[in-house]
Amino acid sequence: MKSVVILQRLILMLVMITFSGAVLPGVVGHAAAQPAWMPKPPKAVGGKCDADPKWMRKWHMKALDHKRDETMHKGIRTRKFSLKNCISCHAVKDDNGKYITVRDERHFCRTCHDYAAVRIDCFDCHASRPGDKMDKAARAGGNPHENATKMSSVIRKGDTAMADFHKYIAGEGK
Amino acid sequence: MISLKPDDRKSEKADREAENDGSRRAFLKGAAAVMAIAPGMTLYAYGTKDAVAKPLDEAATRKNRWGLLIDAAKFTDADVDRCVAACQKENGWKNTGHPLTDAQWIRRVNITNKKTGEHFSLPMMCQHCAEPPCADVCPTGASFRRDDGIVLVDKHICIGCRYCMMACPYKARSFVHEHLEDQKSYAPRGIGTVESCTMCVHRVDEGRQPACVEAAPQGAMVFGDLNDRSGKLAQLVERVATQQVRADLNLDPGVRYRNI
Ligand code: SF4
Repeated sequence: MKSVVILQRLILMLVMITFSGAVLPGVVGHAAAQPAWMPKPPKAVGGKCDADPKWMRKWHMKALDHKRDETMHKGIRTRKFSLKNCISCHAVKDDNGKYITVRDERHFCRTCHDYAAVRIDCFDCHASRPGDKMDKAARAGGNPHENATKMSSVIRKGDTAMADFHKYIAGEGK
Repeated sequence: MISLKPDDRKSEKADREAENDGSRRAFLKGAAAVMAIAPGMTLYAYGTKDAVAKPLDEAATRKNRWGLLIDAAKFTDADVDRCVAACQKENGWKNTGHPLTDAQWIRRVNITNKKTGEHFSLPMMCQHCAEPPCADVCPTGASFRRDDGIVLVDKHICIGCRYCMMACPYKARSFVHEHLEDQKSYAPRGIGTVESCTMCVHRVDEGRQPACVEAAPQGAMVFGDLNDRSGKLAQLVERVATQQVRADLNLDPGVRYRNI
């Protein structure tokens, strides 16, 4: 009896995994086919993203993490993957035309993070909406890839995510 | 609290003479070098690289050691307050009426001789030590000295233990107690972390001067590269008697003073 239950659960899990695998990549980017329970992140206002949006969905945290160390410890201030530029490009306005902060659930980051129940503390310290002149200049456009730098940090052994990321940065493979 | 030890034992008079002499010589040298090319350009010609924009994608290196020379004699109380206000505006911190817990990146230190009534004041902030005690005591490595000498807190890894606040002999650090919003994009700061003067590192990386230096009276604060012997700051420090606050601690601060 017990083994039957376990088997049932296993099958259920398998079905769920297959299902989510088949549905998730299919719906993202096809607003019409998107079920109601999927997060609906608002459209960005800037030009091209720093990386392929599909890649960004998966690895944005690695990109930000890497950039933060480069900037904080080495003073490397290129635009690529700088949080400031993400915030400027993905800024959302409310009905009065004012930028909303992360306290509003329509905030770009919150649309997914609320859904995934992943709490981020970026905005304890960073402004969650564009504020000063520099942000405006960043939003005005230009190619975010300009001044893109070759990142040189050590790739930890076995950290395939990081290896993928570095390959991406170096322009090998997408 | 402040014990002062002059860097060298020159008397003030000798020091002034040395300064005049030095600048005259430098002036003549500079003039001679430039006159031949473009007469009348002398003054510009010798504003050497005190702050040079670093290419965006280049890391800060040990080639530079950013520093400040602050001449207390050139400051009135109001001048110091203007520097404090400039820092607040630039970096987005302010007084909220809770002096015990408010942020404080830079402050006015008043020094009064009780017998004679003689009074002067000076701006006091992170002294950007070469051997920063805050970095020594930090259990996480959040408190660190950048290769070009600027001492910073990496708030991503600061756990808010405040050891560094206790270790700092200059009382230069403060703790963020409240939730903040709409910080400056170039000066992130937030609840549960320690902060202090960054020497306006975002400006330095762009080749600009710190905000307090811009707000200070003409020549009262000199920003520059202590390693660049042809730069204004290194030349001044070489020529005149400068002082370190708490020089007895051998911390080799990047911020030096005069006339205190
Ligand atoms: S408060 Fe932060 S920076 Fe200071 S010692 Fe603790 S962890 Fe380090």
